[in-house]
Amino acid sequence: MDFWRRFASNRGGVIGLVLLVIIVAVAATAPLLFPNNPWKMVSRPFLPPFENMKFILGTDTVGRDVAAGLAHGARVSLLVGLVSTVAALLIGIPMGALAGYFGGRVDDALMRITEFFQTVPSFALAIVIVAIFQPSVVSITLAIGIVSWPPVARLVRGEVMSLRKREYVEAAILQGLSAPSIILRQVLPNAISPIIVMASLMVASAILLESSLSFLGLGDPNLMSWGYMIGAARTVIRQAWWLSFFPGVAIVLTVLALNLIGESLNDALNPRLSRRRS
Amino acid sequence: MEPTLKIEHLTIDLPEGADRPHAIRDVSLALYPGRTLCIVGESGSGKSMSANAVMGLLPKGVTVGSGHILFEGRDITHLTEEQFQDLRGAGIGMIFQEPMTALNPLMKIGAQIAEVFEAHGRLTPPERAARALDLLREVGIPDPERAQFAYPFQLSGGQRQRVVIAMALALEPKVLIADEPTTALDVTTQAQILRLIKDLQVKHGMAVMFVTHDFGVVSEIADDVAVIELGELVEQGPASKVLVNPDHPYTRRLLDAIPKVEFHETPAKEVPLLRVRDLVKEFRTGDRVVRASDHVSIDLMRGETLGIVGESGSGKSTLGRAIVQLIKPDSGTIEMDGQDISRLRGAALKAHRKKIQMIFQDPYASLNPRARIGRILTEGPMAHGKSRAEAYARARELLVLVGLKDSAMDRFPHEFSGGQRQRIGIARALALDPEIIVADEAVSALDVSVQAQVLDLLEDLKTRLGLTMIFVTHDLRVAGKICDRIAVMQHGKIVEIGAAEQVFRHPREEYTRNLLDAAPGLELQ
Amino acid sequence: MKILTRIVGRLVKAAVVLLAILVLNFLLIHAAPGDPAAVMAGEAGATDEMFLAQLREKFGLDQPLHVQLWKYISDVARLDLGYSYRQQMPVLDLILDRLPATLLLTGTAFAVSLVFGVLAGVLAASRVGKWSDTLISSVALLFYATPLFWAALMGVLLFSVTLGWLPPFGYETVGSGFTGWRRALDIAEHLVLPALSLGLFFTAVYSRMTRASMLEVSQMDFVKTARAKGLSPAVIERRHILRNALLPIVTLAGLQAGQLVGGAVLTETVFAWPGIGRLMFEALTQRDYNVLLGVFFVSAAMVILFNLITDLVYGIVDPRIRVQ
Repeated sequence: MDFWRRFASNRGGVIGLVLLVIIVAVAATAPLLFPNNPWKMVSRPFLPPFENMKFILGTDTVGRDVAAGLAHGARVSLLVGLVSTVAALLIGIPMGALAGYFGGRVDDALMRITEFFQTVPSFALAIVIVAIFQPSVVSITLAIGIVSWPPVARLVRGEVMSLRKREYVEAAILQGLSAPSIILRQVLPNAISPIIVMASLMVASAILLESSLSFLGLGDPNLMSWGYMIGAARTVIRQAWWLSFFPGVAIVLTVLALNLIGESLNDALNPRLSRRRS
Repeated sequence: MEPTLKIEHLTIDLPEGADRPHAIRDVSLALYPGRTLCIVGESGSGKSMSANAVMGLLPKGVTVGSGHILFEGRDITHLTEEQFQDLRGAGIGMIFQEPMTALNPLMKIGAQIAEVFEAHGRLTPPERAARALDLLREVGIPDPERAQFAYPFQLSGGQRQRVVIAMALALEPKVLIADEPTTALDVTTQAQILRLIKDLQVKHGMAVMFVTHDFGVVSEIADDVAVIELGELVEQGPASKVLVNPDHPYTRRLLDAIPKVEFHETPAKEVPLLRVRDLVKEFRTGDRVVRASDHVSIDLMRGETLGIVGESGSGKSTLGRAIVQLIKPDSGTIEMDGQDISRLRGAALKAHRKKIQMIFQDPYASLNPRARIGRILTEGPMAHGKSRAEAYARARELLVLVGLKDSAMDRFPHEFSGGQRQRIGIARALALDPEIIVADEAVSALDVSVQAQVLDLLEDLKTRLGLTMIFVTHDLRVAGKICDRIAVMQHGKIVEIGAAEQVFRHPREEYTRNLLDAAPGLELQ
Repeated sequence: MKILTRIVGRLVKAAVVLLAILVLNFLLIHAAPGDPAAVMAGEAGATDEMFLAQLREKFGLDQPLHVQLWKYISDVARLDLGYSYRQQMPVLDLILDRLPATLLLTGTAFAVSLVFGVLAGVLAASRVGKWSDTLISSVALLFYATPLFWAALMGVLLFSVTLGWLPPFGYETVGSGFTGWRRALDIAEHLVLPALSLGLFFTAVYSRMTRASMLEVSQMDFVKTARAKGLSPAVIERRHILRNALLPIVTLAGLQAGQLVGGAVLTETVFAWPGIGRLMFEALTQRDYNVLLGVFFVSAAMVILFNLITDLVYGIVDPRIRVQ
């Protein structure tokens, strides 16, 4: 209850939440709203928006409905964003927790790996991975997960290191509890707030990454996505501005919504930090 | 004599949602030239607020509700930010609690002092640098010619506090406000800083407002005392009156709660329960190697309470933590029941762990904030094979034993006060029926009245359960109250060990004597 | 002496990371579905069995993996990044040809975003809670959510197509025959849109970071000490808060360099900017994996070099590292 009050006290967070709910609703109901396959040609090419109310956002270079593409693209964006974040968390949390809890050589080794992945230009690596393993939802999600886990590992490591020195963790050690039980029951539950905040921001950057990959033609060839729509319309921007404009707005709104929610979560979950802000 | 600074019926409002509407209410105080007024109170009493209000440095959302602050007869309650800038440093200087963080890490010491003159448009740049050097000399910084070009991280805590004092005194202000300036320092450093403040006060004829929670410090330096309880001024007067013959029951209670050194004859059995031999432990940070434990050997007798006292960095905590096996020594042995427990691993270590338990310093950090008290008290016994029912039944008994209700089982740590949490921490340590309890600064973070209660509890438990205890503390008063024998540590070595009475009355070593002299308000009965 | 050991330490570390990237490249080629020879040949000759057999022999693909890895690493050590069968040119030559354009673009974008980002962040932090802070923070949040390539396209749409102020693509006016200052000006004109659209996101990153860092530092004890001295807010902000707040920005700037190189792929694609990002895109569409991995390696090397520089800068800025 207290959490919701604090969350709602941030206007941006509420706006973000409303936006996200709308986007999720559109994504969920896309097959009902636009039962046609978004790849299907439905009208004449280059139909400008707001002329034919049946295709309110117009049609693209081969006569596909832009609105349908947006709705179906939302599914891909949200799915890839969510799953790749989960993948990054699944890599980053164990790495960070082990490094932070055991310290010493374990920490050194794991942090070298993390630093390596943090140094490598992440977008370039994602391109190489997707290109070599052939574009598909799986390779895209994996690539995004692989390039986005290092910040998670660093965050979790930092949290665990500081929690590791807390007296209640030392007390648990003295009480004879095992290391896995201490990490899972004493340490990680107390590090969960910053992880949640970071995860919400990561979904946003994953969506940006996915759209960038699709823009370069590295999207799943079977799935309509916002980045692909913009990429395909890139060369005809003089004739058909709306083909790149609307998908771009969709990306901006989705990413913005997630960032707003992330900031608001940060205020609500880490009250100590947020009070410092003002 | 006219007061330099006068506070009249000052009320400071807290923002909405705070635990009370006013930080302080209707407080009137007066500071006279050449005199020191100590404002004493426990944490959360609002004692620092009046100091901050005088400087115009109240935190955001905290405002002066009513009343006046007069500096040399001029009302400074509601100055503009620019007017306060002129006043700060020039008319009123201030020093703070945390010397480690009070200086800009990226600026040289000398430049930070010279900045005071610059802020008030005094002197030329070369003159400022020269004055800064003089000031460093005056506050007793060793090798001031070099120190002026040093960065804060190159100085110790005590030296940094001297630098902060130099800055506060640069323009010879009429009033010096000191907000717990020695709380973060070791006793010997504290004694030096207190003496420095006193000397400078005499030399410059300043009025000093000294905010503190420590009656020992008050008895060392106060001319006048004001006692604040939850924002209300309950008593004020000359130190000779308030400290000796207080009118208000709250003051009386605080004074009574100060640990009094009392020696008791415990027939300690001369049977060593634990033997530490040649314990060595080094810590490295970068290139620096600190030997926190330097061939320490000590015996712990069954049934005794052994105090380990020393300043920060003396190695007292390292010794305590090595004994409970939170850190592995580099070499040496810790023997108990005929085996070297420092070499135990795996299941053997786990089985041994329940014999030695620890009570921690910080009641706010020593309980998992996301676990109910029931879980906190039963996890350990259950990990050692007790059934759930047994463990819970025992936990309830323990709660009652440490003076809490067994209904506490279903609550979370944040629902308890600091003292209550410390009781829960004690119950947790007892849950495994240990033979030895190591208390690491177990009462240092508590307010003095709570401290007294927890000490009483520990003493009571010790006799009732026949515990053997190691009491690690920096506070000689606490050690003197509760310990049978005392070991004094410095630089990772034990410099002196003996019966408490002998160590206090007839210290053999110079260092012990210095510690005893420095300890504020230490009285032997 | 300390500084020297520090530099040597960093160089060794950088070399190890480079080596690790080579191993990663090598593993990627071999983990790719299908025949590594076909991967290397790319689209150029994937169907020509003879050609593939030649490649296999040339690269020793029939030999054990560790032998191949060693050969690969020693090739790169001799600055041989392989051959683009598609372009009929050594990969290194292709990259070196394109590198200056990318350095110009990313360098400009970096400078622009750092200057504007830090300025905006400082401004917002010094007016925290006021409308100017709200405005700056909101704009930064918006840019932070805007995909690079879309910002680039919208820039073209607005400033080239609609307003006609700036050239929509290219590095310079083709066939203009400009030389000297005139040419520099022409290139600068072409640089504006790519650099701004690439810098937009990073401006947002730096401004958010600067604001947060300033606000955090302004809560520190030494700021209260500075106030107690009677210093004016302007001096406190400049001398005490900003200097301390910039330290994390230096670290971040180093980390972000890698992202800039990645972003260049998108910007150069949109603006047909003849840099290595564009080269990467071309390699993608042509399935020219040797070039792809070569560009990846070189951009990683650039990032490592940049990190090295920031690291040294940090050592100069922070006395705690410099003096020790």
